[in-house]
Amino acid sequence: MGLLKKLFRRPAAVQELPSGSLTVDRNGNTITSTISSAYPPQLLREIARDVLRLFSDARDAQMPMAEISIHFASLRITARELRGGAIIFLFPQTAMLQTPT
Amino acid sequence: MEYQPKILILDDEADWLEMCREMLAQLPSQPEIRTASTGAHAVAQLDAERFRLLICDLKMPRIDGLQVLAIVRRRFPDLRTVVLTALEDEEFRSRAYALGVDLFWLKSDMQQNMKMFLDCLESLLGRDMADGFRGIQNKSLMDIIQMECLSRNSTLLRLTRGPLVAKIWIQDGELIDAEVQGAHGEAAFRKILFWKSGTFENLPAEPNRERAINKSVNALLLESAQSMDEAGEQQTEIIEKTAHRKTVWRISLLTREGAEFVVAIPPEGEPEAWGTHAVEQQAKWTRRAMEIARQLSERLEAGPLSHLAGTSTERNVLALTRDNKQFLVGWPADKTDGQLLEKTKKLVASWDS
Repeated sequence: MGLLKKLFRRPAAVQELPSGSLTVDRNGNTITSTISSAYPPQLLREIARDVLRLFSDARDAQMPMAEISIHFASLRITARELRGGAIIFLFPQTAMLQTPT
Repeated sequence: MEYQPKILILDDEADWLEMCREMLAQLPSQPEIRTASTGAHAVAQLDAERFRLLICDLKMPRIDGLQVLAIVRRRFPDLRTVVLTALEDEEFRSRAYALGVDLFWLKSDMQQNMKMFLDCLESLLGRDMADGFRGIQNKSLMDIIQMECLSRNSTLLRLTRGPLVAKIWIQDGELIDAEVQGAHGEAAFRKILFWKSGTFENLPAEPNRERAINKSVNALLLESAQSMDEAGEQQTEIIEKTAHRKTVWRISLLTREGAEFVVAIPPEGEPEAWGTHAVEQQAKWTRRAMEIARQLSERLEAGPLSHLAGTSTERNVLALTRDNKQFLVGWPADKTDGQLLEKTKKLVASWDS
């Protein structure tokens, strides 16, 4: 039993950080993308949805924004407003590849 | 049965892994040593077996050390973590500590201070082998200093509060020197003790540091506690004046730093704001934006949120969290993103002073 477990153990799911850019329309549908197709599309849709929500909430708060950047320890998401949609850049903040803040 | 702790070393350089394996074999607890050359391989091993300690490089292709640490922190909260890197950059040190690592060590230091590094590792392994508690949350700076001195430790305590950095040298349980914002010795030590919050790390001791403090640590702590009490009593007497001074201080801080407005949002209660009338709307956006970012960070496994920045033709805004309080700071549009973060951190660190 122990041997079978060792043989058929599923590899741990480690998600590589997305890198590249995507353009989404005002409904969050992806128009173009340079992000690896191996990256889960569902997560990209969630990123697009959240970014559009941030822009729309900012408009409601009377401070419309042209660009929003979210800085995590290992990833930077920069989004520019594009006629109701957005162009979103994803920069992994790795020790190998540092992007300007 | 004698317990043999397991250590996992993650580094993309095979020679380095082999050298570390040989070096760690010298540890008195005789740990079982495993190696991994990629983040995915390391996480797979951690999933399969129980390890006591992970030693992790930062600079690796594909999934780098910071991402591995972000995953490890969430999935294996009991695992001790050590960063061993060649990157001599304070930013990486801060980011690694923000991810909850137990020790950050430079590869160059390790070669020079091999014994000290091994002692630190043995101590990390030993702390779990004995019954006890981990972490020193909610301990005051006085408690931390007393603990170091009572244990007759030799260390350099590096304290950080926003952009401010202070150092306290302790040798064999004796307070030797302190340094903060250009002050040295006793004056610096007294100044540091007024800090209410911050982070600290134990750096290797500097035995050759010249002694600048001759009073005993207990005498100094007692004197400082008394002066803090006195200051507290006086404060209650002049509470109205203090509130007024606070407002003046904050407005002058805004003007001096060149910010347009600040909204400070406590976890509960009304937000405070200077320089803006749209307080409710801005506070609502900040709360919502920070929550969206927090959820995004969890889903993407991207590590903790540092800050969120927004740009418009009229101004830039920057939102961050400090001491459980969220801040939204507005800046003129001509400031660059890099300047904004430093200036916002500075402003926010001084906000409740």
